[in-house]
Amino acid sequence: MPVYRFTVNGRPHSVDAPASRPLLEVLREDLDLTGTKYGCGEGQCRACTVLIDGRPSASCVTPVRNAAGRNVTTIEGLAGAGGLTPVQRAFLEQQAFQCGYCTPGMVLGAAALLERTPSPSEEQIREGLNGHICRCTGYPRIVEAVQLAARLSKEAKSDD
Amino acid sequence: MTESDPRQELDRFELREADPYHFELDRREFLGAGLLLTLFVAPEAAAQGSGIEARLHLGEDGTVTVLSGKIEEGQGARAEIAMAAAEELGVTLAEVRVVLGDTGRVPNDGITAGSRTTPSTIPAVRRACAAARSILTQSGHKSYAEMAKSGAKIAGSTPENVALKPVPEWRILGKSQPRPDSEGLVTGEHKFPSDIRRPGMLYGAVLRPPSYGAKLESLDLAPARKMAGVVAVRDGEFAGCAAPTSFEARQAVEAMGGGARWSSSKSATSSENLYEYLKRHQGRVRDNLKGEPAAAAGKRLKAEYRCAYIQHAPMEPRAAVAEWEDGRLTVWTGTSNPFSVRDALARAFSLNPALVRVFVPDFGGGFGGKHTGEAAIEAARLAKEAGKPVSLRWTRAEEFAWAYFRPAALIEVEAALEGGRITGWDFANFNSGAAALESPYRLAHTRHRYVECESPLRPGSYRALASTANNFAREAFMDELAAEAGQDPLEFRLAHLENERIRAVLEAAAERFGWRKRVAEKRPGRGVGLACGTEKNSVVAACAEVEIDAKTGAVRLVEIVQAYECGKILNPGNLRQQVEGCILMGLGAALRERIEFAGGQVTNGSFARYRVPRFADVPKIELVLLDRPDLEPIGAGETPILVVAPAMANAYFHATGQRARTLPLAAETAQVRRG
Ligand code: FES
Ligand code: FES
Repeated sequence: MPVYRFTVNGRPHSVDAPASRPLLEVLREDLDLTGTKYGCGEGQCRACTVLIDGRPSASCVTPVRNAAGRNVTTIEGLAGAGGLTPVQRAFLEQQAFQCGYCTPGMVLGAAALLERTPSPSEEQIREGLNGHICRCTGYPRIVEAVQLAARLSKEAKSDD
Repeated sequence: MTESDPRQELDRFELREADPYHFELDRREFLGAGLLLTLFVAPEAAAQGSGIEARLHLGEDGTVTVLSGKIEEGQGARAEIAMAAAEELGVTLAEVRVVLGDTGRVPNDGITAGSRTTPSTIPAVRRACAAARSILTQSGHKSYAEMAKSGAKIAGSTPENVALKPVPEWRILGKSQPRPDSEGLVTGEHKFPSDIRRPGMLYGAVLRPPSYGAKLESLDLAPARKMAGVVAVRDGEFAGCAAPTSFEARQAVEAMGGGARWSSSKSATSSENLYEYLKRHQGRVRDNLKGEPAAAAGKRLKAEYRCAYIQHAPMEPRAAVAEWEDGRLTVWTGTSNPFSVRDALARAFSLNPALVRVFVPDFGGGFGGKHTGEAAIEAARLAKEAGKPVSLRWTRAEEFAWAYFRPAALIEVEAALEGGRITGWDFANFNSGAAALESPYRLAHTRHRYVECESPLRPGSYRALASTANNFAREAFMDELAAEAGQDPLEFRLAHLENERIRAVLEAAAERFGWRKRVAEKRPGRGVGLACGTEKNSVVAACAEVEIDAKTGAVRLVEIVQAYECGKILNPGNLRQQVEGCILMGLGAALRERIEFAGGQVTNGSFARYRVPRFADVPKIELVLLDRPDLEPIGAGETPILVVAPAMANAYFHATGQRARTLPLAAETAQVRRG
């Protein structure tokens, strides 16, 4: 089997896997990173979102070969030495989850959205996250959490 | 004998049979050093061994652990139980731990369903904790930790008629409290059932029949067994593989499945001829006749309503990890019914239930769809064969095809109308169930029937059961009757309503929405509608505005104002989430969700084809949550779903002048367009 090298949460890994094996399964089964969730396997729900070179990607439809040479960030790697990120703090503060199964994907999707659009309107949040399904469905709270996260990020930046 | 002699304690319990509590003192250390109290909170039932049992562990480290057979699937049970315990014990939330759904440790609280946690588990926990508090006071110890350390000598009398904290003294209940341990949800650390890993664990995959009812006639396991590291098994109708990765497990199942022979079983029933099928396959009838509706005077109206099969589609599909050790079976899985899954496993493997332990980690949604343990049994069969732990996670396609469905409904309703009042009412539900079948309106001559039918798809419970279908038909028909009587739908309902609580939510929703003004306005492509209902003792009403796309005819929910009352509110933040969740889930079922099937297969079993609500579908939502401190708290995870579909259907009529009598509305409106 071919060996693929890539970085996950800042740590280099090399994985021996069939080229078409989904990145999602490699993360969960080989690297013990189960924070990334399976929701559909068809690119429709974004529970499996990871950041690949900073871009949100559906890891269930990303063959492991496409990750070769890239930097992958999973939910486990989002918070750094400084503790929880503003998006994570905002989701906690707003309790923007019910079962919480969609949450890791939502948090990463929201983090990427705020990276592109630091002060999104409500409309931009809905559009930006429309690929994510929350079946529970906590959409109103999630929108509020992303708005709060935008404010927290700005505060964090102005404190620097 | 000294006062603290345990034998004396025993005597005391035997002498005082009428005591509402029975304590079993146990210093089992599985929760850390401390004292385990088991309290039976329904003395009459406890005598027959079926009382509500509450278990508390007082840790020497100062934590108090509540053990409950309830589970957490996002509905808020964990927070509610912690809050109830902290309140009555007089400790902070941080000092309370809640252990849920571990059949090895918790009492059997039965299934987590029917909104029973709030009205039944919470009072039991509160009473047990109030009793513990009173024991503490009488013991003279300063804290639970000190009492636990003292060696479990509980002296003095046990509390009789223990008093619960009255609402005005609440510090924790009644205020929004977060879900305990929720940090793990935002960091990815929380382990859902599908995330559990065990040493040496393999991943499983199951060979599914090509269609419902197809039987496995022959299967060669060799192609799978040839693959490195693969374990393959066939046992009767069950066949599956386990392998070091789920990728390999799927490949192995494919490899052996290619040569499998199945008895063909092609059903001619489909989502297209479903309702005719139900009419032709009737079974037992429950008939409740009061008066003579057939003879009622006045003009007669009749209508037929239909609700499609739909699915829960929780974000986490069924998943289980099974592990065998020395003839004992341990399973981690997501189910609302841990003890019944334990018993099902025991039956499947001819084990004493005491040898089976089921853990239910907080899991990824259920909505009534995870009352069973299919994945648990399948994982256990694979693990037995492999001699290693096996994790089996259903795919989304499996979940759509092999989980159960909210049953489709066909509802026939007929009424007589005279002088602007309903004089007779005849309502029949075919196939979907009897929940909220009876009308909450004041009606003189009524007939209510539930007709069981042969269901072409596997039926099961779903949030609020059949009350969604029954309330949809009833409330849509009430609108038709109001129109026939030339009355405003709000006034027409109020004229037939005695139930003060329903009247209150109906008026609250109408008031906040500005109903009287908005129903008089005519705006092209827009319409407003309302509905009310009650089930499981809570009451709800909604006013909705919809918009119809002039070109496509597509319906969009623009705004919904929902008023809801469920007695005394325990956790307002969580209540808001539950109500919003119900509104949006109800929106999906009202608008688009419909299982399509033909030839014994689900034909739209993916999120691409079975469209659930997304961010773009979220309307403007306003909630009016009526708090009733004078009433007992009532479970709130289901009833708020009742009014969304009928309010939307009624708004559709207001906008178009056409009645929409089929759910989902998208199917109906497409038909209206076609012709
Ligand atoms: S699991 Fe990847 S998009 Fe749904
Ligand atoms: S919180 Fe359950 S799916 Fe979003």
